Amino acid sequence: MFERAVAGERRALGRLLTLVERGGPAGDELAEIAHPRAGHCHVVGLTGAPGAGKSTITGRLAAAASAARADDTPGVGVVAIDPSSPITGGAILGDRIRMDEVIDREGTFVRSMATRGSSGGLALAVPGAIRVLDAVAYDPVIIETVGVGQVEVDIAGTADTTVVVVTPGWGDAVQANKAGLLEVADIFVVNKAERPGASDARRDLELMLDLGAHPVEGVPHWRAPILMTTATDGTGIDELWNEVGKHRTWLQETGELENRRQSRDRFEMLGRVDELLGAVGRARAESDHGVRLLGEVKERSMSPAAAASELLNDLLQ
Amino acid sequence: MTDAAAATDGEPLRVILAKLGLDGHDRGLKVVARMLRDAGVEVIYLGLRQTAATIINAAEQEDADAIGLSMHNAGHLTLAPRMVNAVKEAGLDIPVIVGGIIPDEDITELLDKGVAAVLGPGASTDEVIAAIRDSVPS
Ligand SMILES: Nc1nc2c(ncn2[C@@H]2O[C@H](COP(=O)(O)OP(=O)(O)OP(=O)(O)O)[C@@H](O)[C@H]2O)c(=O)[nH]1
Ligand SMILES: [Mg+2]
Repeated sequence: MFERAVAGERRALGRLLTLVERGGPAGDELAEIAHPRAGHCHVVGLTGAPGAGKSTITGRLAAAASAARADDTPGVGVVAIDPSSPITGGAILGDRIRMDEVIDREGTFVRSMATRGSSGGLALAVPGAIRVLDAVAYDPVIIETVGVGQVEVDIAGTADTTVVVVTPGWGDAVQANKAGLLEVADIFVVNKAERPGASDARRDLELMLDLGAHPVEGVPHWRAPILMTTATDGTGIDELWNEVGKHRTWLQETGELENRRQSRDRFEMLGRVDELLGAVGRARAESDHGVRLLGEVKERSMSPAAAASELLNDLLQ
Repeated sequence: MTDAAAATDGEPLRVILAKLGLDGHDRGLKVVARMLRDAGVEVIYLGLRQTAATIINAAEQEDADAIGLSMHNAGHLTLAPRMVNAVKEAGLDIPVIVGGIIPDEDITELLDKGVAAVLGPGASTDEVIAAIRDSVPS
């Protein structure tokens, strides 16, 4: 199926992404095949408040990127995330509808994903989905996070270039500062820029960047540019695509790309370590030994922490 | 957490919701979308003015389990079978389910022409979910 996806069969790629979402042995096996072939694509993350225009921008950006692609490449991959209902597990995935209005269908592959219980604005399957799209040569891959009140910081750990979308009247600089914008944004976009207050929003951002700018000697510094867009008619999108390209070049030239990817790999590996150790621990807690230890905790002759250490004793040497 | 809509292997169903053709509004479609979400379905909401081509494109990329079409005009007898044929021609094995106010005599014809199920406006959540589940190939 992987070979069929490489050959450009969209249905096969759609199935592969389902395997990624389901996880388990089939997901792991797929990661095994995809990983050696991945590592080439530029990952762009878009985040911002609900309704800020992330999907419309993503669609436009994908159109700009696919227009610039080489003939022998499949084009642009998009993963758009919407929240799952915590109560029913269902979701309404409504990003695609905005993109379909502006997208070049030939050169774009759009996959909608529900968070399925993940917090932080992403789905657990996002790194795996990027890996598969990357491995079948989609480049760039654009990730749209869930729209949330505060800007989602998790995306910065996943994307090479993080774009933060704000709108006129979205709040003052102090609030934005609190939300941790300064650290995560590589590019700011003031969308709905045709509306009153757009230049105020821009000024607030400038101010905030001035306050927060503490370039350290010897550490490469990138000052996030602020772009004005009207995504509905495409104004400012070419400039945005241009800035993404500049940031990509900057990342490559300064070695920052390697740094970011390494910390991403590390994060993913450690996440899996947590998962595996947790599984071992839970299994052992059910064993006779575990039940005995829990009894000692109940009798107050052992603390829960000591019981946990005892349970994993051989692994903690 | 309800698992009413979980597919047989415990994964949520992924269902495309769309309306074909040029006319109409999407109020009804939105109600159905919410109903399905509340039953645990992942709804890929495409909304109005879709064509068979845009729906097929989405169904492939989203790996959809079913395609739900809302029909509130007289075109259902041509549009729905056309959708069924487009799915077949694309080599997909995805059921097409039609919802809307459909006269009884037309329901038989739609089912004959390959529509997997027809649901009236009064269908309950359980009926809708059962219809989807029964038509999704296992
Ligand atoms: N006036 C104006 N409206 C816009 C602009 N960009 C997007 N919109 C509209 O804003 C609404 C929300 O746009 P989306 O692209 O869905 O926003 P989003 O951030 O993806 O929303 P969520 O995914 O729900 O958080 C839609 O009705 C768009 O048509 C713009 O530049 N100007
Ligand atoms: Mg969106």
